[in-house]
This record gives sequence, C-alpha cells and structure tokens, in this order.
Amino acid sequence: MPRPGFVLDVDRATPPVLFHHGENFKLEKLPPGRSRIIYPGEPLEPLDDIEGAIHHALVNPHGDSEPLPALLRPGMRLTIAFDDISLPLPPMKRPDIRQRVIEQVLDLAAAAGVDDVELIAALALHRRMTEDELRHAVGDRVYDAFAPHGLLYNHDAEDPDNLTLIGTTDQGEEVEINKRAAESDLLVYVNINIVSMDGGWKSTATGLSSYRSLRHHHNVKTMQHSKSFMDRHASELHSSNWRMGKVLRDSGVKVFQIETTINNNVFGTEGPMSVLQKREWEWTTRDRVAFMGMKAGLDRMPARTRRSIFQSWRAPHQMTSVQAGEVEAVHEVTTANVYKQHLVPVEGQTDILTMGLPYICPYNVNSIMNPILVMCLGLGYFFNLYRGKPPVREGGVLIMSHPTPWEFHPVHHPSYIDFFEQVLAETTDPIEIEAKYEKSFAEDEWYRHLYRTSYAYHGVHPFYMWYWGAHAMQHLGQVIIVGGDVRAVRRLGFKPASTLQDALEMASDTVGRDATITHLHNPPILMADVT
Amino acid sequence: MKALQFERNVPRYAAAVLAGRAMPGAGARVGPLRLRDLDAPRLPGPDWVELRPRLSGICGSDLATIDGTSSRYFEPIVSFPFVPGHEIVADRKGTDGSDRVVVEPVLGCVTRNINPVCAACARGDLGNCERIAFGDLEPGLQTGFCCDTGGGWSTRMVAHPSQIHPVPADMSDEAAVIVEPTACAIHGALAAGIRDGDTVVVIGSGTLGLLTIAALRAYTPASIIMATAKYPAQRELAQELGATQVIAPSELKRAVRRTTGTLALGDGDIDRLAGGADVVVDCVGSEASVTEALAVVRPKGRVAMVGMPGHVHVDLTGLWQREITLFGAYAYGTETLDDGSRRRTFDLAFDLVRGADLGRLVTATYPLSRFTDAVAHAAAAGPRGAVKIAFDLRNERERTRA
Repeated sequence: MPRPGFVLDVDRATPPVLFHHGENFKLEKLPPGRSRIIYPGEPLEPLDDIEGAIHHALVNPHGDSEPLPALLRPGMRLTIAFDDISLPLPPMKRPDIRQRVIEQVLDLAAAAGVDDVELIAALALHRRMTEDELRHAVGDRVYDAFAPHGLLYNHDAEDPDNLTLIGTTDQGEEVEINKRAAESDLLVYVNINIVSMDGGWKSTATGLSSYRSLRHHHNVKTMQHSKSFMDRHASELHSSNWRMGKVLRDSGVKVFQIETTINNNVFGTEGPMSVLQKREWEWTTRDRVAFMGMKAGLDRMPARTRRSIFQSWRAPHQMTSVQAGEVEAVHEVTTANVYKQHLVPVEGQTDILTMGLPYICPYNVNSIMNPILVMCLGLGYFFNLYRGKPPVREGGVLIMSHPTPWEFHPVHHPSYIDFFEQVLAETTDPIEIEAKYEKSFAEDEWYRHLYRTSYAYHGVHPFYMWYWGAHAMQHLGQVIIVGGDVRAVRRLGFKPASTLQDALEMASDTVGRDATITHLHNPPILMADVT
Repeated sequence: MKALQFERNVPRYAAAVLAGRAMPGAGARVGPLRLRDLDAPRLPGPDWVELRPRLSGICGSDLATIDGTSSRYFEPIVSFPFVPGHEIVADRKGTDGSDRVVVEPVLGCVTRNINPVCAACARGDLGNCERIAFGDLEPGLQTGFCCDTGGGWSTRMVAHPSQIHPVPADMSDEAAVIVEPTACAIHGALAAGIRDGDTVVVIGSGTLGLLTIAALRAYTPASIIMATAKYPAQRELAQELGATQVIAPSELKRAVRRTTGTLALGDGDIDRLAGGADVVVDCVGSEASVTEALAVVRPKGRVAMVGMPGHVHVDLTGLWQREITLFGAYAYGTETLDDGSRRRTFDLAFDLVRGADLGRLVTATYPLSRFTDAVAHAAAAGPRGAVKIAFDLRNERERTRA
C-alpha cells in the first residue's frame, strides 16, 4: 500500500532536504522549528491489466455517451486527437499510453468498417512534434500506417483553410477549432492527465484551437482569476474552456473523451535516479553513495552533456486509471483519480515557499529550459499546485532554486528570445506586456512561418508563459532565485541569491526574521490541499 | 607654450600600435604623443588670429591616431609634427572668457589662401574641400592635424577668421566644446536622406552615436530610432536624446527584425534579414559594425558611415544583391534643410547643443600633464560610464603668459 503524501515539520534531526536544481541537485538544510516539507504521495499501484482496462473504458463509457463501438459505423469520418509532446513529464517509457489507447480505438474502428480516419497531435500553439516524437507517442505501427499517407499530422493553428469558427460563448468568446476535427462524425480525444489542469473541455477547446480562440482565456485577467488553475472549480481558465465546450457540444461536435491518469513513478524504484523519489531520512547508505556519486559526476559535466543525459530519461510512469465517454462526466472521475495521487492535506499558509525546479517543464521536452520557462514552471505550474489557498501567504516570498541560464533553443523558442531581450528589458508587468506587445508577436509573419514549417512555438507563446505566472506575481511580495544566472534572474524581475541561506536572509526583509517556511518537495508531483 | 605634440617617430609609433592593441589608449604612454614646451605657432597670414584654448575634446579619430590604428590614407593629408585637438572652445588672444569662440577646424581653400576656391568650398561643403594638401598651409585636413596651425591640446594655437564661431555668453565651455562633434553628427544625419516614417538604426552610443541620435530626432523625420548601446549610462542617454529603442549590440538583428516585421533567413537563429531598417548610421566604423549595418538594412536601404572606419574586411555580396547604398559622412559645411533653406552645419549645431543640453555629455576634463590618464579614460569611456573626455586648459600656467 503506497504511503500518501504528508507534511513533515523540520526539527534538528531532519536531514538536509533534496532540491532539484535544473540538471543537478542540492541538499539544503532548512531552519528547524519554523520549516515544514510537503512530500508527495508514493506512486499509486498501477492497473494490473492495462489493455483490459482500456477496453473496459471504451465499452463502458461515463455520462451520456454510447460505448465507442456503437458510435463507429462504415462511411463515417473519424478523427483521433491526442495530447502532444508536453505530456507526460518526463516522456514515458515505451509503450506510451497514447499508443495503447489509440491502437485499441483503431482496432474497434477497423472492426466497424471505418476507413476515413485521421490522427492529429493536438498541440495548439506548441511546437510541431518531430517524426521521432510522434513515433514515440503513437507507436511505429500507427505511425507507419497513417503518417506516410498524410493521415497523421500536427494541428496547425495558423492554417486558415483548416480551421473553422464554431460560434461564440455567451460571453463573446470565439470558438475556433481544427476543421477536420469539427466536421468529423466523431472526435476521439486521447488524454494523458498528468495534473488536474489537464483534460476536460480544455483538450479540444484549447488543444485543437487557434490564437483567435485561445486569447479569450490565455490572458492575464483569466489567469489572475484562476486560483488555482489546477482546481477546475476555482479556475476561470477552465470556466472559459467549459463555456467553449458547451458551444462545441451545442453545435453538434461529437466528442468521445478518453482520459488516463498516471502514477508518481517518475524516477523508478531502482537505479541511480530512484533516490530522488525517496524521503531523505529513509536513504540507505547505498542511496547516499549513489546520490553523491551522481552529483559529483554532474558537477563535473559540461551543461550540454548534463542536459542531454536528463532529456534522454524516459520515466517508468504507469497508468492508474482510464475512463472514457462524455467529456464532463469523464473528467470528474479523472480529476478524482489525479487527486488521489497528488493531493496532500496542508494546514495553513507560511511566509516563505521554497521549491527546487527540475530540468523539465511542458515546453522544453528535448529542448532548453530558458529563463521564461523557469519563471513559468515556478510561478505558473508549481505555485498553482494547490487547492483552497496557496501554501504561502499573500505578500509572502517564493524562493526557487534553478541555474536559470541565459540560454534559448533558437529553433524551438525564437519568439522567446525576442520576448526576453526586448519585452522584459522594458517591463515585467504582465498587464502592460499584454496590452503593448502581445498582438504584434502573435501576428508576426516570421514566427508564424517558423511555427508552421519548422519546430517553433507560436510567436505568442512566451506571453502565455508569462501570464501563467500572473496570479503568483500578484500574490507574492518577492521572488528569489537561488543559484541562477544573475543577469537572467534580474531580467525576469526577480532577485538573485547565491545560496538558500542568502535567500532566506533576503526574504527576511519582506517577511521578518522568524518567517515560517514551506518546502514543496516536487517532483514527483504533489498538490497542496490547503485549509 | 605647453602642448601635446604628435611627431613622426617610427619606433614610438610601433610601440603605440603594440600597446594600443593590448589596451586601448595605452599608445599615449609609449607612442609619438609627447607633452612639450614649444614655441607658439606663427600666424600663417595677416588675417589669422591667435587663440588660447579653454577646453579641447578627445575624439575617436584622435584615439586611433594615438594607438596607431588610423589608416595610412591620412599620411598625405596631415603634416608632422602636429598638435592634436580639433574640438575646441578658445579665447581670442587678450581675452579671458569674454570673447570665446568655437573653431570649425576644416582647413579648406579660404584658410589656405587659395583663390578661386574649389567647387566644394564654393558650395559651402567645406568637408569636401579638394585642396586640403595645397595652398599656403602644410597639408592637413583639419586644425589638429596640420603642423602650421597648432591644435586644441595646447595653450596656444592659430585660426583663420573663417573658422571662428562666436560662443554666446550664456553657453558654457562644456556645451561649446561639443559643438564640433555635434556638427559632424548633424551632417551625418542629414546626409542619410531620411524620409517620413523611416526606421533608422544608429550603431554605437559613444559621443558620436549619442549626438547622431539627437540630430536625427531634431533635424529628420525619422519615425523609429533604434540605437545600440553597451553600457547603462549610454543606454540612458540614448533614450533621453530621442532613441525609441535602445538595444544591446548582440541583440540588434533580432530587434530590427521584430520592429520592421520582416522575415528572416535562419531556423530561429537569424542568418540574415529579408528586409530591415531603411537607414543605418554606423557611428563606430569597425569591421563588426559595418558588417552589422549591412546585415540590418533593407534592400535599397542606405548605410551612412559617420564613425571613422579604417581597413575593414566585409563581404559586399549582400550590398550588391540588395542594392544597398553605403556612403560616408565626414565633417560638415552647409546643409540643405527640408524647407530648402541652406544653413551652416555649425549654426545648426549651436542650436542643437543648446536645445538638447548636450554640454552634459562632457563627463571629465584633465590638465595636459595628465594626458595619459585622459586618453585612457577616453578610450574606456563607455565602461567607465563616461561620454566625452576633454582637456581643460583654463588653469594651465603657460596660458596666461604674453
């Protein structure tokens, strides 16, 4: 029986705690008597029979939906959309969940005589997936059967001929999605719900949409009113997507939603990385030696080599649930299953929140974690991993540990470079940035060209990363990055610190000398359920 | 009189080249520039007057001469030994602050007693004078490079009345000494032929770059002025003087692409812009700056070389294929304004110096005896938060002697 997540009060006997630090790690001693650590739950037991569970889900749908076989008929147009490279994190060992689900859907379609099938990577404004990445996601058999015939491809949010305006919500939000998906008799969407933000109507309304549609919820106001965006019922981001979902449903777009959850088995239970998901006081001598050896090796490696090693890691995530059917009914079950793995009860807020940021976020798979993504991972994703209220009080301090190099992947993140060099040099205020610069980046011809023909994130994407942190920026009194490139950290508008102790000293200017501290021991992922 | 003199001395010149390579400005310690007691220059003609410099600036071309990086192109149009200093505010002999003048240093036909004057001088384009190595004076393109006239880095010099511009009583010496480089900047800005709505890039935010920004803002209809600046003080001044965007040099290509909305060749990294800025004003004159200028200007755009270049290796294929106009803008003379009127560049410069408070660009002054410190400071002005460094002759003892 896996142990649930819990909160440890730090005392003098507590060993130094693990902080992820990009492609490296640190062990930090937290001040006893005023610090606590939120630990994630141990990996939930996976499903015994994954293939059987998928089949069961497809024929036993949730909500007002017929079983998938009943929805399939000869002559119909079937589109299968699936989550892109941003999920799961890190990428999982083969076979990927998407492959397992899609193969079964295709088998059912074939059995029903459906021969008009197309598969679309629902990447919204993310970069296109490469052939290798698509093969990893859907498997070689599916790839070889569809891609050479142009039937497996990346969604193109800038192709006016392949987008269709479905309608507008009662709040005037335009709903524009992929034309093939919209005009199909059935859209099957295959999700990997790594966190509670994923899935639901967000899959189709975001993953298959365009800038015209996305701008209605990917904006500062929405993000500042999503507290948090990991909690659908308190998230304006989700409310907007749900309104769009209603437009889709009312217009006749038929969606069969398949959602899957995975456990916290990110680093495995064996091998040198396994120590990263153990609690420090339970480290054996062997674990300590393995950790010190790994760290000593990493310390000596060039950054490029370290990055290459980490980016090649394939996580042994295992599926813990799969459910299919009507979007909202499916998503309720999925969210409950995600919470089972991630939610950790936490009592009250503290003055300081600390976190060690790992090497990966949704937007740097096989790429570089540039400073904007560091900001987004810390103030966007990790900060928002709460339900109720943030684990740090309003006006409190966030301390993040990450090397934050002034480095960008030019192919993947060209508009990020310009955003960092030109926009952040002028202001870090998300409202001002949105008003002054968003449109010109979103409509920039070169970024559009690179998004469509190369492997670049859309021109507007760095803005969304910045907005993702807008709620945190509004909530926090100060942000400090430990061990980061000083110039890059300052460009982000944050304070650089050499050590955690320095950072805590700096934080005392804002929250006093006896400030209380919460450390988010993430990854593996946890979500603080703060009361 | 006390003067810094630059003599023809090959061993010292070689030492300056080596020292200057190791540390810009170090040529002053070991090179041909020496502090000397000299006889005051004789008046070359009956109408010439004696001046006693008050402030005299150190220009980029002076630094290149001191460190031996100037082109040999200049050899036939300078005469040794000469006293440098062509940015000058001075007293007429016998006055002390009550009759100050700024020197327009070009030694054209009139100063050389050549009559009739050449076509360029007849037009008022003094900088283009075709006789700078002829006439009654030894060769010298300007005061400060001619053995007959002396220069500003001394307590005495001579000037022809045609070179002299009175300084208004309410103008400080610091403002007056910046008039000459301001005239250069105005000439460059106006020569660039900027049209309404043009996007202009200024490469470099040293003295000349900053003054060019001010000139572009005051005298041209440029819409967007993008300037590169390396150092915080430069960035601040560039913005104050009218740059709409101030960019780190390494970020220029991307910034021009973004601002002009052009496409680019390269997969995220930019190899080359498809379009670019309408006009680029290069106020540096290095191989890197010329290359960058050609890389960020649009097809059929114009690149003005305002900073003094030397030998540079540049691939001109793009200039050919994109039909770019590369042209020089040297010194000053008479300008034609948008309304068709003709005005002396120095007159415009006086107005601009006053209007934009350009005297503030003079950051530090030194006595002649500390010339090595002065040159070192000027050579490292940017990183040291400075702009214009000048010699202050006002307290030199020799100045008050008859």
